[in-house]
Amino acid sequence: MADSAHNLSNAARGWESAMATTGIEAPGRAQIGAKTLRTDAWWIAPLLTFLALTAFVVYSAWRVFSGKYYFYEPYISVYYSPCLSTSCVPGSEFAGSPISWWKMSPALLVAWIPLAFRFTCYYYRKAYFRSFWLSPPACAVAEPHGKYTGERRLPLILNNLHRYAFYLGLVLNVILTWDAILAFRNHNGEWGHMGLGTVFLTVNAACLWLYSLSCHSCRNAVGGRITHFSKHPVRYQMWTLVSKLNSRHMMWAWISLCTVVVADFYVYLLASGRVSDLTFF
Amino acid sequence: MGYTAKFKVWRGDDTGGGIEDFNVDVNEGEVVLDIIHRLQATQAPDLAVRWNCKAGKCGSCSAEVNGKPRLMCMTRMSTFTEDETITITPMRTFPVIRDLVTDVSYNYEKARMVPAFAPPADLAPGDYRMAQIDVERSQEFRKCIECFMCNNVCHAVRDHEENKTTFSGPRFLMRIAELDMHPLDTVDRREVAVEDHGVGYCNITKCCTEVCPEHIKITDNAIIPLKERIADKKYDPIFSIASLFKRNKQGRQAAPDTPHATK
Amino acid sequence: MSEIERHSFDVVVIGAGGAGLRAAIEARMQGKRVAIVCKSLFGKAHTVMAEGGIAAAMGNVNSHDNWQVHFRDTMRGGKFLNSWRMAELHAKEAPTRVWELETYGALFDRTPDGKISQRNFGGHEYPRLAHVGDRSGLELIRTLQQKIVSLQQEDYRETGDYEAKIQIFAEVTITRLLTTDGRAAGAFGYFRETGNFVSFEAPAVILATGGIGKTFKVTSGSWEYTGDGHALAMRAGATTLNMEFIQFHPTGMVWPPSVKGILVTESVRGDGGVLTNSEGTRFMFNYIPDVFKDKYATTPEEADRWYTDPDNNRRPPELLPRDEVARAINTEVKAGRGTPHGGVYLDVSSRLPADVIKKKLPSMWHQFKELADVDITKEAMEVGPTCHYVMGGVEVDPDSQETLLPGLFAAGEVSGGLHGSNRLGGNSLSDLLVFGRRAGLGAAEYVEALPTRPAVTDAMLTEAEAEALAPFSNVGDENPYTIHADLQNTMNDLVGIIRTESEMVDALARLQDFKVRVKNSGVKGGRAFNPGWHLALDLKNMLLVAEAVAKASLDRQESRGGHTRDDYPKMSDEWRKLNIVCRYDGEGAVIEHQPMQPMRPDLLELFDVEELKKYLTAEELPTHDAGSDH
Repeated sequence: MADSAHNLSNAARGWESAMATTGIEAPGRAQIGAKTLRTDAWWIAPLLTFLALTAFVVYSAWRVFSGKYYFYEPYISVYYSPCLSTSCVPGSEFAGSPISWWKMSPALLVAWIPLAFRFTCYYYRKAYFRSFWLSPPACAVAEPHGKYTGERRLPLILNNLHRYAFYLGLVLNVILTWDAILAFRNHNGEWGHMGLGTVFLTVNAACLWLYSLSCHSCRNAVGGRITHFSKHPVRYQMWTLVSKLNSRHMMWAWISLCTVVVADFYVYLLASGRVSDLTFF
Repeated sequence: MGYTAKFKVWRGDDTGGGIEDFNVDVNEGEVVLDIIHRLQATQAPDLAVRWNCKAGKCGSCSAEVNGKPRLMCMTRMSTFTEDETITITPMRTFPVIRDLVTDVSYNYEKARMVPAFAPPADLAPGDYRMAQIDVERSQEFRKCIECFMCNNVCHAVRDHEENKTTFSGPRFLMRIAELDMHPLDTVDRREVAVEDHGVGYCNITKCCTEVCPEHIKITDNAIIPLKERIADKKYDPIFSIASLFKRNKQGRQAAPDTPHATK
Repeated sequence: MSEIERHSFDVVVIGAGGAGLRAAIEARMQGKRVAIVCKSLFGKAHTVMAEGGIAAAMGNVNSHDNWQVHFRDTMRGGKFLNSWRMAELHAKEAPTRVWELETYGALFDRTPDGKISQRNFGGHEYPRLAHVGDRSGLELIRTLQQKIVSLQQEDYRETGDYEAKIQIFAEVTITRLLTTDGRAAGAFGYFRETGNFVSFEAPAVILATGGIGKTFKVTSGSWEYTGDGHALAMRAGATTLNMEFIQFHPTGMVWPPSVKGILVTESVRGDGGVLTNSEGTRFMFNYIPDVFKDKYATTPEEADRWYTDPDNNRRPPELLPRDEVARAINTEVKAGRGTPHGGVYLDVSSRLPADVIKKKLPSMWHQFKELADVDITKEAMEVGPTCHYVMGGVEVDPDSQETLLPGLFAAGEVSGGLHGSNRLGGNSLSDLLVFGRRAGLGAAEYVEALPTRPAVTDAMLTEAEAEALAPFSNVGDENPYTIHADLQNTMNDLVGIIRTESEMVDALARLQDFKVRVKNSGVKGGRAFNPGWHLALDLKNMLLVAEAVAKASLDRQESRGGHTRDDYPKMSDEWRKLNIVCRYDGEGAVIEHQPMQPMRPDLLELFDVEELKKYLTAEELPTHDAGSDH
């Protein structure tokens, strides 16, 4: 996302040259001149999206590359789970943490999965094509590019593989759910306890499930690809359910983005010793 | 209740033109199209505008109101303040003919490129049997009134004239999806969607859905499912291998999804 | 003569609504080269406005239904003034025409066993209307449009040219039919975009131009409804039939002004909506005619019970036939008990929960929300009668749809006969399909049998061009919009729902005056997309049609279906035996009487003699024994 970032001021520069012969200035079309005649604040939505996604990317990059403060018994940061490198801090290891050759932050071994899932997601595509690439910045607002080929070539044609990112994301969700279950222990590893971190991890896992299951690829997989629902009543029911979730996909995309940050930041605060865990029982 | 509104209307043809100012009376309960008609009757008798049913059912009076694609007959004047200047321009993606009337033949040419409905050859009229739940998805797309505002707002052609040869716009991708989901259709149009209609141009920015006066979920219910079905066939190695084992002659998945009438 | 674009075809279809498209499809399938000429863009015709459905006795929901029952319903609805042969063909062929649509890709709503679902509608004994929610007309027109595309694809595969057999001329208005030696020879018109002239030379011309709504002030019809086909046919030497029968739908929107006349579907009343006046009275109880006394509830309590228990209670009077309700509303408003905008209240908000209203009447909820900013789940609608349909039309041969002018055919609303004095809901879409196809077939057969094609000479085109350009050389400066508004008011007020002799005489005098004013109304600007010029040309058609309506209405001294005379309130057996035929004498419309053909005995036998007695004279009654209700 970061390298495709054009900010809004770049737009003004690109506009003049790009629109000379194509698009709304093309010969034959009504010669109106203005790039848009919209009178509403159309730029607010892409600007907010730009700021929010940039903030998230910066925060995530900092956390993922730092390689520190990602585990506080019994809580593990979502960026670092499953922790697969032998360098993982004690207690955070997953399946024996077998990867010994990896020298960088262990988060980098797994964080690319949610990144790929969100980057190829049909909602985030809208979000970054509008707010970063300005293609288009808003409806009926001319875009600043002279050429547009869509998602027909490398690398954007890879967006068609969204489903694989979805499958991997599901595996990750299972692990994060397990992490949430493990969080029902206290700092000493005893079961039957709960703290504020437990809430964050559980809510985060739940939101990630809702985000994943509301995915368009999921909707296709459970039933969308079938032409005759009447012959597959169970899959029709599943499709109906996923369709309902799907209509809120954007909402779950944003909520789960926030819960990831909150859940991680809480672990960071605990692990770095800045606060102590608020325990309920 | 009446007041005088400030209108700016683009007038001209393919050789040029500009925005003209008008002061025009507005009465309670009127829509933008009424005001355009009042201009015709009182100030600009040869102002060209296309319209028909005046009830949002035929999709003739598409234009841009304050820069947004709208049906003029469905834009109530009460949605504007009395001191607001209202700017009306023709759709900006299609060649202008005169004033608010554009040449929308692009859409009719693209319509002609979509392979027609092809029922099973041995199925007699009257013997068609389809379940309601199987027709509902396509029925949503058949609500389309062909106002062509989705094709007008889609940046892939609006901002890139050269893409008109290779991209058919949301309206006809939706038509392909409609036929692909039709329970009695026997043709696989997925290759055609990619090669002839440029489904890959769509980057899911959803302006088509935003402007649809029929509130059809064009992106979520038609184009994305179509893209996913295409991914099943073209981009998904696992699925492609699996489907090699269950294919019928037409290249569509065979049983249990055979496109035939139930008894 | 300036440059005229000249085309040659086998068949020219004027109008691209349901009837025109079905006719074009048939003519093309018979191997003919077809032009489709329409005033709007392709696919925008008024057929899209139809909501209810297509009446066809398929028997999918009630297996007792068959063509005989449908035939009986149609004849009863038309009060026996129908062309019985057309009613017979219509009832017999409608199911096939609907099934055919499915082979073109139509997606109707389904029954649980996967057949086409059918809904109840006024006047139909069984659930009979194939439908898609409340947008059946859109489905019909889109399906036919897509079938034409698929035929063009076939032609492309064969010849490399999509337009080898079917060519569409959108946004073209026909101003005159061309005739040679008493036969159709083609049509002449102009491109609305450029104002350039065009001629279509063809031995067969099919009129499918729809109705005449725009001659009235309050109408559910669009701007295209200027009676072009009726006027073109009369000027070319054909005749129209029973033009006095005009259906006023009781519930059109009355406010806001932009949508005045747009329909509020009958289902609102069917689902529990009640009509009240400004005093809050549910007035329909005061308007139950004697003949219906035993079929309709006399108290609100009984009426309200009917919705849940129709077997033991009588129907609410809001569900009386369209003409009765329209007249009642008209009377209430005239008596000063109307709403601020000149209608009455139609309320469902106090009758049904909001979620039920939204579920049962989705498009009405949207229509009022988006057009009038009225939430029908919270407040009452304001409604009033609106001119909806003309039962009369161009006189045609029932089997081939050929008019009295050889080579000229007519189908759909522009043709007359099928619906008699009153049309049942749902019978118009089936009419389009059945007779659209027959017109296409008739035209193809006509062309096949014709030894030589009629010639079109330059002189004919020069004359047609001069006629079309006349408004530009008029010296007067009266605005055609003003004349149109005056015409609409005259027809609405004086030849409207309730008619009396003195008012119609007045109307006819005014129509003469309008003719003079039209001749003196000048047009400004150029020929390219000039709405003022277009209206000036349309006005001529509307005036001729209005004259036909007014003269026929003045002539028919009885009340029947869509023709209500204050001075002759009863139905007359003697008048039933007469068609009022209208032709053009070079100046205006003149009328003459034509005896109706007696019904074929086997069709007559489908009715109970007791019922026939209501309509037929004693000597017309069959000799067979009563009670043969097959």
